[in-house]
Amino acid sequence: MMMGSNLDLYSQHNKSKVSGGMNLPDWVSEKHMTGTSIMAIEFDGGVVLGADTRSTTGAYVANRVADKLTKITDKIYCCRSGSAADTQAIADIVNYHLEFHEVQTGVDPPVKSAAVVFKGLCYQYRDQMSAGILVAGWDKQLGGQIYSIPIGGMINRQKVSIGGSGSSYIYGFVDSQYKDNMTLEESADFVTRALSLAIMRDGSSGGCVRLAIITEAGVERRLITGDKLPKFYEG
Amino acid sequence: MSSIGTGYDLSASQFSPDGRVFQVEYAQKAIENSGTAIGLRGKNGVVFAMEKLVTSKLYEPGANRRLFGIDRHIGMAVGGLLADARQIVETSRKESSNYRAEYGGDVPLRYLTDRVAGYIHAYTLYSAVRPFGCAVILGSQEPTGPSMYMIDPSGVYYGYKGCAIGKAKQAAKTEMEKLEFSNMNIRELVKEAAKM
Repeated sequence: MMMGSNLDLYSQHNKSKVSGGMNLPDWVSEKHMTGTSIMAIEFDGGVVLGADTRSTTGAYVANRVADKLTKITDKIYCCRSGSAADTQAIADIVNYHLEFHEVQTGVDPPVKSAAVVFKGLCYQYRDQMSAGILVAGWDKQLGGQIYSIPIGGMINRQKVSIGGSGSSYIYGFVDSQYKDNMTLEESADFVTRALSLAIMRDGSSGGCVRLAIITEAGVERRLITGDKLPKFYEG
Repeated sequence: MSSIGTGYDLSASQFSPDGRVFQVEYAQKAIENSGTAIGLRGKNGVVFAMEKLVTSKLYEPGANRRLFGIDRHIGMAVGGLLADARQIVETSRKESSNYRAEYGGDVPLRYLTDRVAGYIHAYTLYSAVRPFGCAVILGSQEPTGPSMYMIDPSGVYYGYKGCAIGKAKQAAKTEMEKLEFSNMNIRELVKEAAKM
């Protein structure tokens, strides 16, 4: 089960060995797709993370209420896109590293440290993995921060960042509608609207929109079900 | 105090019958014979002061320096065998650099001190090596405030408001006890350090 099937090796195996006349389901030989829409935005006092909830294996929706916003520490979360297996494995390792770090240093881990650990893994194993991650959280030194780590393992701090296959369709929307210094509610609304538009256009994104709002006070999780998503021009 | 080891003081891997590791105690002696170094922690920084023992006029200026920078935000003052101390400086710099590469930020002083102390302690466990004959004082100005630690040859470390190592450490400590550190800024402390 994956958010984008990473079955390239397996599909070749199937084609060459088993193909002789047999009618296999499409998801066995389906090409790899990064099916997701994820987004994160910084506001004064914290960050808002958002993601769709569709997890696909080819054309089959393996999970329509997936949670792609994963906890790394109490105040640091990540949005995962790409291979579900790869990103879950990396998130587990980063979580381990940061818990250890927290005990050894006695302070809450900075968001930048989480992002650098993510980058270290994503870069080192770039040839074996398919993972696009947005690391976002709040710490006392620098407040809310977002670090974008696309496939390949580059790291870049941004105020607003989008990822996943659905993101291609909303670059124009985000570029034109983003404003500096939005409030918490404005930011949450912006993320919800952007992801709704991505869901509309991208077949690999769908379901509901999950939000995680991280501030000094902690984390607030929201779920906006499909029927409650903002509606736009549908023709 | 002349401690007679009688056979239990030949290696660091041996305890004496009364529970002491003599090699480590002898290492501490080595520091007591070196020039004095003091560290003072105020409310906005840390001040180090070293006694400059000019043994020869032929030295280049800057020779025999006992104050080292570990990273952009950490300084280290040493007392005792200088060659031993230089190895600790190098290890600390590597640790700090590794931390930065792995976590993308300044190494917290407490963490670095713990790592360096563990390294120093390791040399007190085996007979194949001898303990370090030096003590180090580490200081840093961090986002949470200034901090200062001292590590002795046994690998034990404590956080200090004021500490001293070397020949005149007792006299320096007596002077320090008169100061109210939490209210003094580094400019005032520099004057106090010079007086000591």
